[in-house]
Amino acid sequence: MKNSNKIIQISKKVEDMAPSGIRAFFDLVLGMKDVISLGVGEPDFVTPWNIREKAITAYEEGYTSYTSNKGLISLRKQISHFLKYKFGMEYDPENEILITVGVSEALDLAWRTLINPGDKVLIPEPCYVSYAPLADMAGAKVISLITKAEHGFKMTPSELDQACQKDKIKYLMINYPSNPTGASYNKAELSALCKVIKKHDLVVISDEVYDDLTYDFEHVALSSLPGMKERVVYLNGFSKAYAMTGFRIGFACGPEKVIAGMTKIHQYTILCASINGQMAAEEALANGHKSVNMMKIEYKRRRQFIIESLNEIGLKCHMPEGAFYAFPSIKTTGMSSMDFAKDLLKEQKVALVPGVAFGPSAEGHVRISYATAFEDLKEAVVRIKKFIKS
Amino acid sequence: MEEILQILASDARVTAEEIAKMTGKPVAEIKKAIKKYESSGVIVQYKTLINHDLVRESNSFVRALIEVSVTPQKDVGFDHVAERIYSFPEVVSCYLVSGTYDLLLIVEGDNIQKVSNFIAAKLSPMENVRRTATHFLLKKYKEDGHVLKQKEKSKRPNISY
Repeated sequence: MKNSNKIIQISKKVEDMAPSGIRAFFDLVLGMKDVISLGVGEPDFVTPWNIREKAITAYEEGYTSYTSNKGLISLRKQISHFLKYKFGMEYDPENEILITVGVSEALDLAWRTLINPGDKVLIPEPCYVSYAPLADMAGAKVISLITKAEHGFKMTPSELDQACQKDKIKYLMINYPSNPTGASYNKAELSALCKVIKKHDLVVISDEVYDDLTYDFEHVALSSLPGMKERVVYLNGFSKAYAMTGFRIGFACGPEKVIAGMTKIHQYTILCASINGQMAAEEALANGHKSVNMMKIEYKRRRQFIIESLNEIGLKCHMPEGAFYAFPSIKTTGMSSMDFAKDLLKEQKVALVPGVAFGPSAEGHVRISYATAFEDLKEAVVRIKKFIKS
Repeated sequence: MEEILQILASDARVTAEEIAKMTGKPVAEIKKAIKKYESSGVIVQYKTLINHDLVRESNSFVRALIEVSVTPQKDVGFDHVAERIYSFPEVVSCYLVSGTYDLLLIVEGDNIQKVSNFIAAKLSPMENVRRTATHFLLKKYKEDGHVLKQKEKSKRPNISY
């Protein structure tokens, strides 16, 4: 079947996107039964009942229409209040907040709004899979900053400074806590990075969707730091903390000009995020915090358990500060991350994501999601140990 | 609630070694704390939550909630009569409650006959018991925070970014 149709050709850019080996591995996992999965990028909790119930009621009450392009003003006001209360940030709900279909859409809009052909975008790697392809699609020249395992996969101010001196970087992508490494930055670390950001006059897209899942310190929003609001597009959403991945609700906050630009594209491509998801998000903000805390406590315990267990069985792993991922090194096995993932799946029926999915520099690592029931996590450790020994 | 208790309350089979890993504390410290909880009566027992509806042999097993109005006694209030009532092995739980009655009992028996006999022959005739109202349980949906359904398969895909 492949390439049998000579009439339609897809664009070169799209053809070159995404490593195909990963797709094949994903298909292999999805077709297999009775697998312990450590490969999932979403919570193992279902959305808290009060949020689901709100969504059901909204349907019953007949809320089935479009909303304004920017999203329900009531939700934008709530987000504005929430960010003020949490980080002391001031975002005008009328023109500095846009409700999107998950952070993924917000990121796509941000790149397309900001980038002129050839603009240089710096993306720390390993990173979430969509960052580079979306920037590339928007016409950017993507430059990777390889973060090091010995720094817990954090970008250091001097690494950032060097990268900016080498290339004329215009935009920086940052994601903390990070998918896939779990690395995050505390206030002091962020302040040090801010100095370099200002020095090189960078504009930053900050994906902070895992902010509520920060375990060792209080998360600080990048745009809440002095002088940053005017140069940051802040992205967040409801998927991770509130276990609402399927609702697909995210949001972007930023300077009026940027949000207006993003809204233009959004209104032509998406029109608006689903009203049902938006109403559920309102309930999440109003009454979801207890559930978030309960999940966070549980994740924190699993984190301690999995990190210590991985180190015990010889897979060296730093303590991630947030999200729900461990990112151990598998270099002692001498295997590539793809072979490790494939063989582990075949021999022990444990699924995880090979590091190479998150950039070539992530080779030699695998991503383990501990958004997995404790019983399964325990069993998975036993099986991984068996696999390494065999 | 302290963290060790929180962990054990949701899964009593978690070992001291596992709790040590989860909390980042030394195993010896966890073991010592658990011993202390046990000896001081904070941890009363480690039990298994069973959904009897799924066990064929226990079809005859019945449970009733009984509201009991009692006359409190001078100096000891409800405590004395409560003790006389909860000492019967048929009574699995006994609570003093606010509202239109005083004690709420959970009573278990092999069948309706046995529970009825207990109420008619033991509970109702007691000196300070004024009135009882019995509700037999027809179906248990949720107990101690757990929904009593057969485990559903996760609806997540096995892998995603």
